[in-house]
Amino acid sequence: MSMILSALILLPLIGAAMILLVPKDTVGTLSNIRWIALGTTIITFAVSLVAWHRFDATSPAFQFVEQGAWISDTIRFKLGVDGYSMPFIILTTFLMPFCILASWISIEKRVSEYMIAFLVLEALMIGVFASLDLVLFYVFFEAGLIPMFLIIGVWGGKRRIYASFKFFLYTLLGSVLMLIAIMTMYWTAGTTDIPTLMTYSFPAGMQKWLWFGFFASFAVKMPMWPLHTWLPDAHVEAPTAGSVILAAILLKMGGYGFLRFSLPMFPLASAEFAHFMFFLSLGAIIYTSLVALVQEDIKKLIAYSSVAHMGYVTLGIFTLTPQGIEGAMFQMISHGLISAALFLCVGVIYDRMHTREISAYGGLVHRMPLYAALMMVFTMANVGLPGTCGFIGEFLTLLGSRIANSWVALFATTGVVLSATYALWMYARVVLGKLVKPELMSIKDLSPREMVLLVPLAVLTIYFGFHANAILDVVSVPTEPLLASLKAAVGSVKTAALALP
Amino acid sequence: MIQAIVFFPLLGFLIAGLFGRVIGARASEIATTSLLLIAAILSWITFIQVGYGAGGKVEVLGSWMRSGSFSVDWTLRVDTLTAVMLVVVNSVSSLVHLYSVGYMHEDPSRPRFFAYLSLFTFAMLMLITSDNLVQMFFGWEGVGLASYLLIGFWYDRPTAVAASMKAFIVNRVGDFGFAFGIFVVFVLTGTVNFDAIFAKIGALGGMKVDFLGIDWDALTIVCLLLFVGAMGKSAQFLLHTWLPDAMEGPTPVSALIHAATMVTAGVFMVARLSPLFEAAPAAMTVVVVVGATTAFFAATIGLVQNDIKRVIAYSTCSQLGYMFVALGSGAYGAGIFHLFTHAFFKALLFLGAGSVIHAMHHEQDIRKMGGLAGKIPVTTTLMAIGTLALTGFPMTAGYFSKDAIIEAAFASHNPAQAYAFILLVVAAFMTSFYSWRLFFLTFLGKPRWGHDADHAHGHDDHAHHDHGHHGHHDHAHEPHESPLVMLIPLVLLGVGALAAGAVFAPAFIGESYDHFWKGALFTSEHNHVMHEMHDVPAWVKYSPFVMMLAGFGLAWLFYIAKPHLPRDLAQSQPILYRFLLNKWYFDEIYDWLFVNPAKAIGRFLWKKGDGRVIDGLGPDGVAARVADIAAGATRLQTGYLYHYAFAMLIGLAAFVTWSLFGGVH
Repeated sequence: MSMILSALILLPLIGAAMILLVPKDTVGTLSNIRWIALGTTIITFAVSLVAWHRFDATSPAFQFVEQGAWISDTIRFKLGVDGYSMPFIILTTFLMPFCILASWISIEKRVSEYMIAFLVLEALMIGVFASLDLVLFYVFFEAGLIPMFLIIGVWGGKRRIYASFKFFLYTLLGSVLMLIAIMTMYWTAGTTDIPTLMTYSFPAGMQKWLWFGFFASFAVKMPMWPLHTWLPDAHVEAPTAGSVILAAILLKMGGYGFLRFSLPMFPLASAEFAHFMFFLSLGAIIYTSLVALVQEDIKKLIAYSSVAHMGYVTLGIFTLTPQGIEGAMFQMISHGLISAALFLCVGVIYDRMHTREISAYGGLVHRMPLYAALMMVFTMANVGLPGTCGFIGEFLTLLGSRIANSWVALFATTGVVLSATYALWMYARVVLGKLVKPELMSIKDLSPREMVLLVPLAVLTIYFGFHANAILDVVSVPTEPLLASLKAAVGSVKTAALALP
Repeated sequence: MIQAIVFFPLLGFLIAGLFGRVIGARASEIATTSLLLIAAILSWITFIQVGYGAGGKVEVLGSWMRSGSFSVDWTLRVDTLTAVMLVVVNSVSSLVHLYSVGYMHEDPSRPRFFAYLSLFTFAMLMLITSDNLVQMFFGWEGVGLASYLLIGFWYDRPTAVAASMKAFIVNRVGDFGFAFGIFVVFVLTGTVNFDAIFAKIGALGGMKVDFLGIDWDALTIVCLLLFVGAMGKSAQFLLHTWLPDAMEGPTPVSALIHAATMVTAGVFMVARLSPLFEAAPAAMTVVVVVGATTAFFAATIGLVQNDIKRVIAYSTCSQLGYMFVALGSGAYGAGIFHLFTHAFFKALLFLGAGSVIHAMHHEQDIRKMGGLAGKIPVTTTLMAIGTLALTGFPMTAGYFSKDAIIEAAFASHNPAQAYAFILLVVAAFMTSFYSWRLFFLTFLGKPRWGHDADHAHGHDDHAHHDHGHHGHHDHAHEPHESPLVMLIPLVLLGVGALAAGAVFAPAFIGESYDHFWKGALFTSEHNHVMHEMHDVPAWVKYSPFVMMLAGFGLAWLFYIAKPHLPRDLAQSQPILYRFLLNKWYFDEIYDWLFVNPAKAIGRFLWKKGDGRVIDGLGPDGVAARVADIAAGATRLQTGYLYHYAFAMLIGLAAFVTWSLFGGVH
């Protein structure tokens, strides 16, 4: 039995414990804490690469499975990964060192608590993606909110109380409903083992309620329109690294949840609610893109843009086509890279000027040519330009939506025009133009530390844009059995969403 | 060889783009330009091998993406159509690179400029060598990116930044259609590879497809959607507004991207998809109508513009309309032939205009020029050649290709045939008029520059500090001929503008048509327009020539013989004049129709939708009942978080208790 997954969960916790042991108030304390945090995340990433190396991407089975008794005989501590969860674990461990580096200078108060919060968060996020037991998943899923809540509430901006309160209300609503659904499932099926539940067929009537319980939690997390309003506030108030993790990983738990639970466990309900999901996804793509257009705060604009991009994810998943689902997976990974990079870019100028107002900037390219070039790459990736990874996910999900429904595809495709508009307009106002504002006259270009942050992300953004199969071949393996079982379950119940041409 | 042709420009881009600041401007120029020159020479060799020799092939470089049954490869397809485009793109691009060494020599960001030029060339080459729709879309958006970057090259100018965004966004509207067309093609045929799609056309004939609740003829809807993409890229009527504004970019960019190559991508696409369009007659009619309308309407605006580059820009727009009429009439050879010749003479006109602008120290208003013929004789001569070719003077390049289009429009059996023929003939008259107007105002007559025009210099606001005229103001505005590095490209293009028509007419549209194209352009068995166009009545053949003479005559009368006439006419017809001068008010209408409402709706949704409805009913409504949130800074860490963890723990505890004692089993 391989222990590599529990090792991945434990490593950040060990790092956190080491930070607790660092003697306080000596000369090198802060520096030691930072280096321990960075070292821990890098080692975790290295171990995850070992896991990736040993992972058999061609097998649809769960791998590295380990289990032991936990709460009871039926509620077990069970871990394992497949082609859906493995990429997210790598994404998590890959981005963590960036988060630590991004907080290197900008976090000055309560550094040790901050680093501990991040390391604990990492352990919990890996746990979410590695869990093969519903209750274990729930614990990781909900517990992950606590460090995030602290990161916003303690190290956040001026309105952090309001933002974290909003975050709290929304997620509480979602998690209560999901807990009820989990209890019902246990009551009915007698197990919380995820692989078993994936083959269990719940009665059609019950599926709807269970589906809705999970939907409530995942839709808040994504977030789906119209449950999205906590996200812009949370992003604006969160420190840079908090925004990175929020956008790159935490949002993806919703999409992951739909794929892991809603589709395989409640296939009839998923097919039935597909049009409902299309409607909400279109709301996300069109409504929030229009709202993004008029934002005056850079982070808010990117936050709204995130909601719109998550709209493609839910749209793709519920097309119930291979292109839609694989496109959605790709979109989540690529958005993880792009949104992380964009928030890091905002962090770069926020650290210098301490404002996120678009109107406070202008003409940065004169003083910051490197920054302007990298920002251009990420802006174009956000716009979905072919040759960047942003294109693949958008294109495949839209293709899937066209297979499912032409109206939906038509409205969703308008997103490509709107995203170009808001993204380029922001870029023009922040980076281009004459440099006239006196306070910007002495702004410095990227430091070596910031180059280390942004260049790898830019390289990956372009690499996956040209070599999309690196991700698609991994996520297509679990998609085939998923769709086959969906089709079998729906069977004669021919729904509009499954009426393939 | 084809790999070298396609990837040398990419290499140039990487060298100049990544290391331009290290190796310096001169090295960047040498690297990109020499790589492009090699690619251009190889392109001509390929062209001769493929067009006059054995024919082409398809190379697969690797897989790009696969998902379910959807699969896209990176490919390099070389057939005659690609070879023609290779020659056009790489010849003009290499000459523009060379020219830019002179034209941009004062600019501090030359490495960036040459990197962008090479990036553009690479994207364009990927577009034309594609063997499937998705790689074409990659090139399509890639050239859009390069165009965006180059229009906004002088990012200090608000107008340039606005123009670059406009170009990208309007093109995205077209790309919306293109992308959607790809989706429909895949749904219908299960593939995006050209040959596989074409093989299934027979099965699609007469097939209906449900689109937005209406049953459409499958092929028609596919062609129309893809054509929307072509309209955006080729600046056709309704999606043309970005092209004139794109003249904010440096002039070599206008020559390369916005005249010779990128804007012809739409024409190329329709020609590449000729088997599809041949099977969709209704879509062909739309192509003819849009093309003819554009040819006419852009020419009317060109009549009154005063910016030397904008006149040529509207001329480009109009000539692209001609090409679409040819395609829509089924005369694909004529359309591509005009694309080929037009690349030479339009690049010549733009680079010539650049030479004039260079001579006039960045003055672009032709009302402030005049009498330049004696000062810059080489440029004048070459501009005259370009003008002759554009207006279709006998034996120049434009004469062969443009007259062929007008004859094809007459000979075709398209329902819009009469409409197209009349508009094209009228447009030919206007083309001649505005071209000669430009020539007369710029090069002949009395000089309207010099000491009295000193104040006019102020609008030049980009980084040209060292004009070298600070010390001796007396000669400050004395026009000067351009350096050799700019004149050589002009001369080579001039040769093309004179000779390309006569040399290549037999192959493109004449007796060796079949041998030359080898099926790269498809014509169905009912389509005989390429033969019938040779048998049109004599008056049809002479009509463009007569129109050209009439346009020349009127321009001579207005701007040489009786120079007060234009002003009198403008004053007697103020409404028409303003209508044309303001470009049919398209920008104003679009602002009113799309831009302002989008912002207003966005603001409304944000403040009212998110703010009042969602938050008002949701979290804030609850929050309002919780007294004094703001004061609770400490309560965040003690109170709420505690509540939250507590709620979760209670839930878990309840669940565990229930599972242990509730007796599931």
